Amino acid sequence: MIEQKAEIIFNRKVASDTFLMGLRASDIVAEAAPGQFVMIRVSPELDPILRRPFSICGTQEGDMLLVLYRVIGKGTRILAGVGQGETLSVLGPLGTGFKFPEKGQKAILVSGGIGIAPLIFLAQKMKDREMKFLSGYRSVKEMVPIEWAGLSGINDSISTDDGTMGHKGPVTDLFEAAIDEFRGGAFVFSCGPLPMLKKVAEITLERGISCQVSVETHMACGLGACQGCAVKSSFHEDRTYFHVCQDGPVFDARSLDW
Amino acid sequence: MTESQPELKVRIGPLELKNPVLTASGTFGYGREFSGLMDIDSLGGIVVKGLSLRPMAGNPPPRIVETPCGMLNAIGLANIGLDLFLEEKLPWLKALNTAVIVNIYGHSIDEYRAVAAGLKGIDGIAAIEVNISCPNVEQGGMAFGTDPVVSAKVTEEVLKNTDKPVIVKLSPNVTDIRSIAVAVEKAGAHAVSLINTLTGMAIDIDSRKPKLSNISGGLSGPAIRPVAVYMVYQVVRSVNIPVIGGGGIMDYRDALEFLIAGARAVQIGTANFVNPGISVEIIDGLRKFCKEQEIKRIEDIIGTLKPPF
Repeated sequence: MIEQKAEIIFNRKVASDTFLMGLRASDIVAEAAPGQFVMIRVSPELDPILRRPFSICGTQEGDMLLVLYRVIGKGTRILAGVGQGETLSVLGPLGTGFKFPEKGQKAILVSGGIGIAPLIFLAQKMKDREMKFLSGYRSVKEMVPIEWAGLSGINDSISTDDGTMGHKGPVTDLFEAAIDEFRGGAFVFSCGPLPMLKKVAEITLERGISCQVSVETHMACGLGACQGCAVKSSFHEDRTYFHVCQDGPVFDARSLDW
Repeated sequence: MTESQPELKVRIGPLELKNPVLTASGTFGYGREFSGLMDIDSLGGIVVKGLSLRPMAGNPPPRIVETPCGMLNAIGLANIGLDLFLEEKLPWLKALNTAVIVNIYGHSIDEYRAVAAGLKGIDGIAAIEVNISCPNVEQGGMAFGTDPVVSAKVTEEVLKNTDKPVIVKLSPNVTDIRSIAVAVEKAGAHAVSLINTLTGMAIDIDSRKPKLSNISGGLSGPAIRPVAVYMVYQVVRSVNIPVIGGGGIMDYRDALEFLIAGARAVQIGTANFVNPGISVEIIDGLRKFCKEQEIKRIEDIIGTLKPPF
């Protein structure tokens, strides 16, 4: 884990309110694994004061860190205005990432909205496996193109709530169909809004299928010091809460109290 | 000609610190979390996460929310408890070349007594800091630190059960912080530290729910700094024991405000979350400031506030 001043190589809009940022951060890139995250200080000002956590969306060209984000508040609005050549303080890589399935195992990736970010990095690292990538959005305007990530040709399906692209309805519809198709040993990886994750967890838990979820919480330090990022564990006797910044952000779906 | 370095050493009653910069309890974990990001040995000291007799899981999430120039937290004093602290955390802390101050709290006077006694005779602990801002279960959950008599009682009982210098950390959520400071001084405290967080609340207008599961939380960060500076100014003029100041310090200039107001050391809190290496940067900044101002010893700047006219 390193704190470094990273130069912005590009920061471009890729969908409605959605930006892809490339930062030169060789030390962080050298250690980054899918599912891990970085904490970015969006400006040196005191408001907003806290760093913002972002999943690592990928790495490129040896020293470029990719961050995919949606503008949802003050911090991300400031981030969207940062220009090429400027530098930002980045802390990472942080947290526990995805555990890879064994060779030959099939994988299903299920994302909701901006939750696609860590799954893009994961998919890049699993290109040699049989994989299905399902992504859901509210509308086609929010759809994140993934051709840049070298994922063209991948077996993917899209759903939108408003039916403007792909299946009309939640991505969990696609997921239920896919999991029945992949019967007998698919590894599931998911990231997205909590209700969606909950549904994915339910579907996999019912069927006894391995599922790893990447969860999001408010977070102050990212280092395990503030203990602000608690999530309830399902192992009540052992531990009541996990800390997303260290125990996660990726968890086995069975270990969380949904 | 070799340039001499300014002397940064400060004395807090019986405790000597290599410089006046401490990390505040609850913002620096057990130290190790920051070990790859800074030279912990260069700190004046670290105050570790508040310790209770038994492990505490803490409050349900959400536990933190950002506010303008600050944050509210309601962690619920989550910690590993006395036994695990001694077994798992202290050996690493002992090997550090900096003052390790253990922050303790209890839900009853008995628990304060027991935690203090559990640390008695154990070396590698430079001092105890007593958090009196937590709720007193025997008195309807009202914080110990809001009543001078109860604050003095906690202080006395901790002193009776320890062989270490005792710093009492004062709550700002009181009518007059000076009355509490005077009470704990009379009870024998070696020093006071202030301020703990200010109680606050934030509401989500869409769901119309509090943003914290605990409803209220403790406000920290630069938003509270002027409150903290003034309280330090007041307390310094009311007691003879040393005062450790803190509240929203983000850089060495903020730290200097507290020193000029009369604090003999400072605690860095929320800034550790924003910039994990900040405490070391503040020490470097103080050293540079002393050099530029031709101040030979940092102690020479403490309490040098001038009148406005």
